[in-house]
Amino acid sequence: MPTITINGQTLHCPPQTSVLDILLNAGIAISYACKKGTCHSCLLKSLDIAPPPGSQTGLKDTQKAQGYFLACQCRPDENMVVQVPSHQDIYVDVAIAGKKMLNSQILELTLGFEQPFDFKAGQFVNLQRGDGLTRSYSIANPPRPDNTIQLHIRRLAGGKFSNWLHNEAQIGEKISVSKPQGTCYYLPDRPQQSLLMVATGSGLAPLAGILTDALAQGHTGPAYLFHGSREAEGLYLVEAMRELAAAYPNVNYFPCISGGTENPQYCSGRANDIAIATLSNLKNWRVYICGHPEMVSQFKKQAFLKGASLADIYTDPFLLSPS
Amino acid sequence: MSESLYDRIGGEAAVSAAVETFYRKVLEDYRINRFFDGKDMETQLAKQKAFFTMAFGGPNNYTGKDMREAHAHLVKMGLDDSHFDAVMEHLGATMQELNVPNELIAEAAAIAEGARHDVLGK
Repeated sequence: MPTITINGQTLHCPPQTSVLDILLNAGIAISYACKKGTCHSCLLKSLDIAPPPGSQTGLKDTQKAQGYFLACQCRPDENMVVQVPSHQDIYVDVAIAGKKMLNSQILELTLGFEQPFDFKAGQFVNLQRGDGLTRSYSIANPPRPDNTIQLHIRRLAGGKFSNWLHNEAQIGEKISVSKPQGTCYYLPDRPQQSLLMVATGSGLAPLAGILTDALAQGHTGPAYLFHGSREAEGLYLVEAMRELAAAYPNVNYFPCISGGTENPQYCSGRANDIAIATLSNLKNWRVYICGHPEMVSQFKKQAFLKGASLADIYTDPFLLSPS
Repeated sequence: MSESLYDRIGGEAAVSAAVETFYRKVLEDYRINRFFDGKDMETQLAKQKAFFTMAFGGPNNYTGKDMREAHAHLVKMGLDDSHFDAVMEHLGATMQELNVPNELIAEAAAIAEGARHDVLGK
């Protein structure tokens, strides 16, 4: 059985068990969130052998060359010596610059960077609290002169991180922020292309950011945004999106509620179903889908069957952390 | 050496164009879509692309044994000749939509037909 050595401690690697689980089972503190290879918060560095290829999927070439890998995706078949990368390699400490409730459950958290922070609206960052607890959130705005980013934090029942941000974290308090990640963002290569965006809940964050970014970059093609929630209270930024649609003739905004109560201000039904019923053909469209994982996978299929190419469908399912 | 069917049809670009059309037909066909309804659409599409590349006589690493192993779990789910026929139907219809000449469609169909016994584990 191969072994893994970390901080001088050597552990056996049972078959089909990830390095992350081996370390967690041994009581070794390591940050992690999604366990699916998406959030990159369990990044480790190999000090001797080249990590198994599957454990480096999605990393930057520079990171791969330096031996970084994702602990949750690594099932070693030979002995490895690894270390946790130093905090400064991954995170920058940023002050909380603002807190504002967007509806009863969703907090808009503003973080102010001292140095310019290179990102695209729709990418996500990992936030890390002082005790190591880590969560991923999407960025809801394009880069701004004041170097701030905004995140939409939905309060989850029993959610340690979201409740801490909602109830305890103070303006001015520092929080660690990772480099931006993910490929769900606006690409300015085809400004006349039709864009379709479907979000549920706080999945609006990346899509509102992508839409704002697209318009700022001079996108002229039609853009359709469908935002869904069960009840009207679950929607947010409704007025801001309506104003955007009024200001830009190519923007079409559909707030949707699926809970069954009729309300003339909103479309009645699930956002993905209303999108499919509204648009007759998605050939050559670019499609962005963010929100509940079941909605994301269902709508991906619906959009593909309506003619969208799989390569033009960008998704960002919520990374709900396995507790 | 004469140009292969794969090159005459249009190579990788033709396969990429064909495979999404084909996959839509398969997903919408209630007779067979349960065999294709994997969780990850990209993985499924990659498999369809490998199938098309093979049917067009393009570069592929399929062996009869691979075919058997890859489809064994589907045979357990009830995969039989009727389903293979349905796939052949969609293969032909896809190529017709893309205006592939009939004689090339017949060649591709014959190659795909050659995999029937391995796919069905006979």
